[in-house]
Amino acid sequence: MGPVGLYRDEGVVLRTQKLGEADRIITLLTREHGRIRAVAKGVRRTKSKFGARLEPFMHVDLQIYEGRSLDIVQQAESLATYGERICADYGRYTAGTAMLETAERLTSEENEPAVQHFLLLVGGLRTLADGAQPASLVLDAFLVRSLAVAGYAASFEDCAQCARPGPHSYFNVAAGGAVCPDCRPPGSVTPAAETLVLLSALLTGDWAAAGASEARHRREASGLASAYLQWHLERGLRSLPLVERG
Amino acid sequence: MYEGVVQDLIDELGRLPGVGPKGAQRIAFHLLAADPTDVRRLVLALTEVKEKVRFCKICGNVAEDELCRICRDPRRDVAVICVVEESKDVVAIEKTREYRGRYHVLGGAISPIEGIGPDDLRVKELMTRLADGEITELILATDPNLEGEATATYLARLVKPMGLRVTRLASGLPVGGDLEYADEVTLGRAFEGRRLLDV
Ligand SMILES: [Zn+2]
Ligand SMILES: [Zn+2]
Repeated sequence: MGPVGLYRDEGVVLRTQKLGEADRIITLLTREHGRIRAVAKGVRRTKSKFGARLEPFMHVDLQIYEGRSLDIVQQAESLATYGERICADYGRYTAGTAMLETAERLTSEENEPAVQHFLLLVGGLRTLADGAQPASLVLDAFLVRSLAVAGYAASFEDCAQCARPGPHSYFNVAAGGAVCPDCRPPGSVTPAAETLVLLSALLTGDWAAAGASEARHRREASGLASAYLQWHLERGLRSLPLVERG
Repeated sequence: MYEGVVQDLIDELGRLPGVGPKGAQRIAFHLLAADPTDVRRLVLALTEVKEKVRFCKICGNVAEDELCRICRDPRRDVAVICVVEESKDVVAIEKTREYRGRYHVLGGAISPIEGIGPDDLRVKELMTRLADGEITELILATDPNLEGEATATYLARLVKPMGLRVTRLASGLPVGGDLEYADEVTLGRAFEGRRLLDV
């Protein structure tokens, strides 16, 4: 347990759970303190000082009191309100929720700094909210990049086993991505070359190249990104099967 | 920890929504000290509610018969349906005495992070009700929070081809609150949902 006291940080609300009569436990991904859980007292009352600031997707500046068992949110000021624009479109809402759940699951420990995860999430939600890119692509970019930040970077070009320069036509989630004919384990799949090009573009943030992709390659890339994520998580994401893929 | 049955009671009470461990302990000791006839009445109410209460075949509201009190009432406007998340929302809206149509209780809101999608709610039943062509207006009265908004967005898009009048409750500022304390989202929604004042 850390030192008892008051601290300030910025964070994105990942999840909320009802607690008692009018409180909620808020799970946040913060810049300095990583993933934390804190109680927001009275937040469900219509007259609460927090209003909608502690709803999922909100990016807030927080003042938190370190309690004995659970931390307590004392103040929250909005830095960005992505939630409204995200939930105004059902595809964005489901993709965004899968991003929040991914961020929660890939930051395995509470209170362990995860600056890169935090920055990735803020950037991802901003892109999702502004609507310039298809929600499904924003989600897939977030998935492959989050996995890379978590230390599970997939290779979409060179062989993930022997590093022989690609492109290769085999892909295996357990082996770490693209694999050459010599290294390919049984059960490897053979995605379209364009699908692996798309996944590379999503990993590097090349939106121009990603935007030029065809629907069938996007579908295949989504399938591979999801399979790759599920492979690295103990149990599947609840939100992923509910994502509305365009 | 208390002995056997007392601890069992505390554990059971602690599983109720809104009851924490301290509250469960308080209720348990209140019941221990209470008059046995009072406790028997409580037990009877609990048993009866599970035996007698059902869900209305039309709207999904709690009912003592096949249909709830509202769906049985011939004075209610059958052309308007107000969609809510829970039965307790029906009670809240009925208290306003503003609304004369019928309801549709979804049984929650779409919450992918909890694994709850449209198929887990009474959405299909709603579509069946709308299909008969008698309905002209659909009021979306899901909670004024993120999940409620997303659920309303989903439903509005789903029923769009049917050409109904679809409205959303003006989720405005809470009555009694000060404007300066309203957060940006709530204030924004209040502006969006503003109505023309007839003076
Ligand atoms: Zn190889
Ligand atoms: Zn009914």
